[in-house]
Amino acid sequence: MKCDECGGENPVIHLTEVEDNETRTLHLCAECAEARGVHGTPVPENFLLAGVLAQIEGSGTKVNPGPGSEGSGSGRCDFCGLTIRGFKESGRLGCPHCWSTFEGQLRPLLHRVQGAVQHVGKVYLPPDPSASEREKRLEGLRRKLDRAVDLEDFERAAELRDQIRSIRKAAT
Amino acid sequence: MSDLPNRVTDAGLDWLDASGDHSDIVLSTRMRLARNLQGRAFGARSRVNDRTAVLRQVREALPSVQPLQGAEVQELRGLPRRGARLLLERRVISRELLGEVGASSKAADATTADWGASPEEGEEDSGRAVEGAAVVLAPASPLSIMLNEEDHLRIQVLVSGLDLREAWNRVDLLDEELGQHVPYAYHPEFGFLTSCPTNVGTGLRASVLLHLPGLVLTKEIGKVLQGLSQVGLTFRGLYGEGSEVVGNFFQLSNQTTLGKTEEDLVDHLDTVVRQVIQYEVKARHVLLRDAGAVTEDKVWRAYGLLRYARSLSFEELMNLLSGVRLGASLKLLSGLRVYPLNKIMMFTQPAHLDEAAGRVLSPAESDAHRAAYVRRILLDEGSVEESGPPSGSDSGTPSEDPAS
Repeated sequence: MKCDECGGENPVIHLTEVEDNETRTLHLCAECAEARGVHGTPVPENFLLAGVLAQIEGSGTKVNPGPGSEGSGSGRCDFCGLTIRGFKESGRLGCPHCWSTFEGQLRPLLHRVQGAVQHVGKVYLPPDPSASEREKRLEGLRRKLDRAVDLEDFERAAELRDQIRSIRKAAT
Repeated sequence: MSDLPNRVTDAGLDWLDASGDHSDIVLSTRMRLARNLQGRAFGARSRVNDRTAVLRQVREALPSVQPLQGAEVQELRGLPRRGARLLLERRVISRELLGEVGASSKAADATTADWGASPEEGEEDSGRAVEGAAVVLAPASPLSIMLNEEDHLRIQVLVSGLDLREAWNRVDLLDEELGQHVPYAYHPEFGFLTSCPTNVGTGLRASVLLHLPGLVLTKEIGKVLQGLSQVGLTFRGLYGEGSEVVGNFFQLSNQTTLGKTEEDLVDHLDTVVRQVIQYEVKARHVLLRDAGAVTEDKVWRAYGLLRYARSLSFEELMNLLSGVRLGASLKLLSGLRVYPLNKIMMFTQPAHLDEAAGRVLSPAESDAHRAAYVRRILLDEGSVEESGPPSGSDSGTPSEDPAS
């Protein structure tokens, strides 16, 4: 697909206009969309991400994490070799360790793209859980159980009770 | 008829039966969870040994995972290209898994692949897929897992109508069990770690495919879609082979994945979708009230063309099908069920027509086969009754079916 305005690759805005019973869709690259003043249009996530990524280096957020902080200071993931530049170009992280390596850059980015930084959903219980991990996990399951009961989804509630029971059993 | 494995030819068809809530307006509900395994590079930075390790770990876990009883791992490289094209049109695999889209140019979610747009022809096998790219398919199940796409695992479910809670329960249960056997990459602050920061946290993307001709025809659609972005949802139209939105189909999904519980994300989308359905129903009433004759004419013309045309492009079909679907829903075409209309939408996609013909059809042949399939389904469905006042019609109503 090409941008309908400039013919450039990878349009990121798909603008649906409705006029006289005709639906018309314009496919625009980020620059042309901005030039046309397309605001209030739902913003595709990668468009938003691209804009935020572009500011990582320019906004004074230095790549090197500063003295005393973890990491090599070169803005490079020790595990997979991804650099901050590579991340800026692709918008993709390379491995689970990248999340710790680049957490200083990722927090402000998440804040803008996701509107939050802290995960509040499911708590994952790894194969060898600590007591506090287990407790957090049980808390999450109890919340789900309450919801299932509220919704009168008793089959689901029974499954959740089984899960809670098996975690408690594993702890003893 | 086909020499492809049943798990491929049967995959992704569950939603067609129109058994779900509001299935005349909501075609399907899909949900996916992005997961990655600990200690392995993912996406573009993964190496063959990372990907084969993912395959091995998932293969070993499968027998212990109840929701995937009887499931098998289908590697794309071991699948004829015809099979891969079918799975793509079923929305079970993405273009990216097939190796057709670079990660950076990928749209919001590749699994919302453009409808009816088959991958390019050429190779007999799925040669461009990376080694280790695979899909887990379970017999008679709406669940599947893409392996080694952008993330190691994309757990997904596709069900009929509006059924977000059931869809969530199903992926959640599968995720719970699978997570006991393969160690997920998880961070106490960021949640489930993903390749793209827009998926991190819950890794959950829920989406609903809606048919909104009322809102388009009454020109209310722009307002509705604009409102969605303000409540944290995103939409995209359904594209055919060209770049036009076809058939008044729109897909709504959650924009963010972090900072809310999975249940909150699902409930929020559910609430908004129900509102959109209400707007759509209202718009349809307005259409009937203010432009009843025009609407009825549009619907019957669409039905007439589908019933008798000898050649149909996919795009033309989708637009006509929109009119007929509206007519069936408004009982203007009474007796016409949604199920055959869903079937038409699925089985007239290019790869499906090729598969039925047992060979690769030229574009002209494809259009002829498409029209023939539509005629046969509508004929099987039987005669469709008129309802409402046939304004200004002369004495005899022409018989609906040449055979009757």
